[in-house]
Parts: sequence; C-alpha cells; structure tokens
Amino acid sequence: MDIITVFIQKAIGQGIGILFGASGEIITEKSGNLNLGIPGIMYMGGIAGLMGAFFYENATDNPIPMLGVIISLLAAFLCAAFGALIYSILTITFRANQNVVGLALTTFGVGFGNFFGGSISKMAGGVGQISVSTTASLYQKQIPGLSKIPVIGPILFSYGFLTYTAVIIAIYLTFYLRKTRSGLNLRSVGENPATADAAGIGVTKYKYLATVLGGGIAGLGGLYFVMEYLGGTWTNNGFGDRGWLAIALVIFALWDPSKAIFGSFLFGAFFILYIYIPGLSRSAQELFKMVPYLVTILVLILTSLRNKRENQPPASLGEPYFREER
Amino acid sequence: MSTVGQKEVKEPLIRMMKRDSIPARTAWLIRIAAVILALIVCAFAIVAITKLDPFQVYVGIIDGAIGNSRRTWVTIRDILVLLGIAIALTPAFKMKFWNIGAEGQVLMGGLASAALMIYVGDKVPNWLLLITIFVASTVAGMVWGLIPAFFKSYFNTNETLFTLMMNYVAMQIITYCIVFWESPAGSNTVGVINAAKRAGWFPQILGSTYGLNVIMVLLLTVGMFLYLKYTKQGYEISVVGDSQNTARYAAINVKKVIIRTMVISGGICGLMGSIIVSGASHTISTSTAGGRGFTAIIVAWMSKFNPFAMILVSALLVFMQEGSIQIASQYGLNENASELITGIILFFLIGCEFFVNYKVEFRKKQKGVI
Repeated sequence: MDIITVFIQKAIGQGIGILFGASGEIITEKSGNLNLGIPGIMYMGGIAGLMGAFFYENATDNPIPMLGVIISLLAAFLCAAFGALIYSILTITFRANQNVVGLALTTFGVGFGNFFGGSISKMAGGVGQISVSTTASLYQKQIPGLSKIPVIGPILFSYGFLTYTAVIIAIYLTFYLRKTRSGLNLRSVGENPATADAAGIGVTKYKYLATVLGGGIAGLGGLYFVMEYLGGTWTNNGFGDRGWLAIALVIFALWDPSKAIFGSFLFGAFFILYIYIPGLSRSAQELFKMVPYLVTILVLILTSLRNKRENQPPASLGEPYFREER
Repeated sequence: MSTVGQKEVKEPLIRMMKRDSIPARTAWLIRIAAVILALIVCAFAIVAITKLDPFQVYVGIIDGAIGNSRRTWVTIRDILVLLGIAIALTPAFKMKFWNIGAEGQVLMGGLASAALMIYVGDKVPNWLLLITIFVASTVAGMVWGLIPAFFKSYFNTNETLFTLMMNYVAMQIITYCIVFWESPAGSNTVGVINAAKRAGWFPQILGSTYGLNVIMVLLLTVGMFLYLKYTKQGYEISVVGDSQNTARYAAINVKKVIIRTMVISGGICGLMGSIIVSGASHTISTSTAGGRGFTAIIVAWMSKFNPFAMILVSALLVFMQEGSIQIASQYGLNENASELITGIILFFLIGCEFFVNYKVEFRKKQKGVI
C-alpha cells in the first residue's frame, strides 16, 4: 500500500477518538458549561465499555459479538454520562466553579480508568492481560467489499462502525445547532441565559441535558480508543493527553462540530506526522509532537485578534447562572 | 397566599436562597461533615473493591502517610509542594485570571534548574549554583506566565484555554531535552542528576533533608498573605478581580496589573519547580509536576485564598494520597486508587461550599384552608 494512503488512514484512526470528545464538548460548551472534565470522562467511558464487554465475555462460554458490542456501548455511554452528571449537579445545581469541578472530574476519571484498568484482571481472578477479542473484532470489522477497492477502500471504508458514527454524530450536531428550534434554544442558553430564561426556555434543563449527553458522546471516544484502536485491551495512561486535544479541537473548530471532523483528521495527522517524515532525529520528533498544541494556541490568538462575532466562544461560557442573582 | 389572580401558583418543593452571612463555626461544621462523608464514601468504595475491614484500611492509610519518619517527611514535602503551587496561583485567581497553566510553569522552572544542575553542576560553589537555580527557574516560570497574560490583556484571548495548552508545550520541551540528557543512554529518563557530588541539591538544614523546602514555602506563604492584604498592588489585584470597569474608573492600569500579577504567579510556580527538582526529586520528567499544578488550582479556589485553609486542604489531600498509595501496594491494588480517592474528596469539598453559601428550604406544609 502507498505510504500516503497509510498515513491518511492512520491519521483518521488517531482523529476519531478526539472527534468524539470534541463533539461532546461542543454541545456542552454551547450550553455555557466549560467542562474540563472531558479527559476524565473519556477515560471513564473507555474503561466502562471494556469492563462491560470483559465481564460479559467471561460470564459466557460462547460470547455473541453483537451482544458484547451493545453491552459495552451502553456501559461506556452511561458511565461517561454519569461523570458528566456529577459535573452538572455540582456546577448547575450547586453552582460550584466550572473549572474547579472540571479539573477534579479529570483527576477522578483518569484515576477511575487507570485504577480499574490496572486491577480488573486481578478482580476477575488474575487472568493476566485482559482482552475482549470477540467483542473488539466486531468493533474493528471493516465494511465488507468496499474496503477492498484500491486506494479509496483503505481511505474511506476500512474503519469500524464507530468511526462512521463519530462523523454522523458531528454532522447531525451541526444540523441540530443551526437548523432546529431546540438547537437555537441551546445556543441562546449558552450566549445569554438570563435572556433565554426570560423567553421561557428551561435554562437548567438545557444545561443538564447538553452536559450529560455531551459527556456520554465524549465517553464513546474513550470506547473507540479501547476497542477499535487498541483492539480490546487496556494500557494505563494509554489514552494519554488526547482528552485535552479534544478540548483544543473545540477551539480549532470554532465551536462547529462539522468543522471538527476535518480538524480531528488534521490533529491526528499532526499526532503521527513525525513517524512519516524521513530522517527526523529523535529530538526533532519530540518537537513535532508539539504542533497540535501550538496550532491551537495560534487559532486561539487569531480568533481573538479578528474578533469576528460568529467565531467567538459562547458568551456565557464558564459563567454560572442563578436566576436570583441578576 | 401564593395566588396570582385566580390562578394558583405552585410553590417549588425546594427553595434555595443565598445566605447573607453564616457563623464561621457553622461553616466549618459543614465542611468537616463533608470531609467525614467523603471518607465514609471512600471507605465503602475501598471495601466494595478489596473486601477489607474499613477500619483496617484507614489504619493502613494513616500508617502509609505518617507511619515512620521517612514517610512523614515525604508527606510533609509533598504538602509543601502543593501548598506552594496553590500560593502561586492565588494572586491570579484573586484577579479572576484562570491560570490553568501552573503545571507547565512548574515544569519550565524545573527544567531550568535541571539544566543548570547538569551544565554548571561542578563549576561553581553550591550556594552560588542554588541562587542561580532559583533565579533561572523563577524567570522560566515568569516567561510561561507572561505569554498568555500578554495576549489576555491586549487581545482578550481566552486565558483558561491558552494556559492549558501551554502545559503541553512545556511537556514536549521536556521530552525534547530528555533526549539529550538521558542517563543511562536509551532509558528515556534523566535519572538522578549529580548523584555523587550533590551539586545543585538543597543542603541539609535543621537536621532535615527538606528543611530548606519548609522554610522557602512558609516564607512564600507569609509573603503572599502580606502582599495581597497590605500592599497597594494587592489591593489593585482585588479591584481588578471584582470589576475591571471599576478598576479603570479608579485609574488602575488593568493591562499592567494583569501582566504583573501573572508574572508573579508564573514566577512562583517556576520557583516551586526548582524546589521539586533541586529540593526533592533531583531529576526531571514530564511527570515532575505530576498533576499537582491542577490539584493546586482546586486547593487555591476552595480555600478562598485563606492561607490557613490552604494548608489544611493540601494536608488532607496529600495525606490521603500518600496513605492510599501505601494501602494500594500493601493489598496489590493499582496505585491510581489515590487519584480515585482524591477525586471523591474533592467532589464533596466542592459540593459542601454550596451549603455554606446557600440556604435550602423545603416547601412548608400549608395549614388550613383559605
């Protein structure tokens, strides 16, 4: 296979996990909640999905892959949504500071993932490295037939179903935010909750739903990484800083999920570019890994310099809303 | 009664009201109750996973944190690091500048001191080397704090996200330097720097390896308290934090205050980096700050900038961390148990502030018929 084809394929593979996280975070931020707990939430989603599939495969002699997939999807989504629910209760109902709660959630979530990931095999009776190959095989199943077409096949059709799900979710979210009544309401909650409240929009309801569902979607990014990318195993801190890259991607995509699709591929490409540039020394490779963060900083500066209204973060991002304090 | 015209208005089941004031004793009782609740929840979590006697587990935690003098000193050392970083963040937060970049500022300070230890380690006397290290690491942290502050004050660039990204740039710079400094070759770690000659290491003071750490952090704490409370600059910080418009009206140069405060905040973070590298670990890696730059944010915020509360919160968190690392290794669990426990305690501490600030009332039963 052509090296460029492989590069594109691997870049997309790297990007999809980040895309899930960014899509979830965009929906969350559109409600005015800056959820810095997304990295933790993604760990929670990943480990919950893995544990769901693991206990299912261990409990039956003849695991059905489809059932394993459904169980792990549900487990990942629910556990991640639970993490986001903790965040929502503390920030929306208890009016705690969003940054503080988000960072605490990341500490908790990363610890949660690594703790259970590291001790799950011991809890199950010491089976060594855990692996849920049966379930993971269905996650990694490529589109039959189409993936065999030269060049186009590997680039477009060689991924598991979660990859396409991520793209569909991102496109749908853009449609939802731009074209639906409820999306408009959500944006108004993020821009100016007091006005939205006066217009009869349930600010608390929108904030809760957007944050919890956004957390669930982000959790699928962790699941994607564990199942499709790693093939159903866990390595501690294997997910690395991708959660923060997801938050960076939100800025890069200027709070538009469909822009995040190509942004995520680009970030994925930055992430692995150093492997494909011939003749790089080890030190230069390390410098290349800085690129996604530098690009994000650049975008952040440029958007604030140009000061275009549609490219700005939601106006009330990070601010608590309490009706009686207006 | 609660009627508007002919239509009855439903009174909500739970009402929340902001308290005007709360007696300090009640506030502390709420907080202590939250800590106890958190410990009970942690105990349940530990028992569910390990099936051990919870009392035995807590005895294990206490033993792990202060069981012998070496462990006690490690606990004290780590409390001081967390406290120092929280102190560094305090002026920035008081100004409502979200410096999420402490991790990176600490790392840059640590990098500067590691570089000096490696390159000039045996060329100058130790006292001169240490002073150079303090200056260089402070400057490194200052630069890392100055960059986002500059863009915030002149172009209103979002500082939360900017400082966050700067952390990862700092981490990559460190992995870049590790390539040149690694020892033994191929290990991808720096190893203990100057292990034989101890150049650039903190000297023993008052009979303790960590004596200088204690003195420096306590001086920083007292200094920051005085700076914020009794100086003109400290006053300017709190005015800018309350309302930038008020500050402008009072002819305070807001841009200057933002940049100056972030230079101070970043500088102290950098200095903490040298305390970690020269005063404790004597090596450098991307986990030199170890997430403490993030935990310190929570410590600083929850303590409401009260240095006494900051000591208590850092002590509680580090105590539980060191203790749970001990029980984790004792019972063959993953050492990440400590992050799990820290997270639970933080949730409760953050949540309880609501009950300190707000009064919750249930709907009263209506008596009789109107």
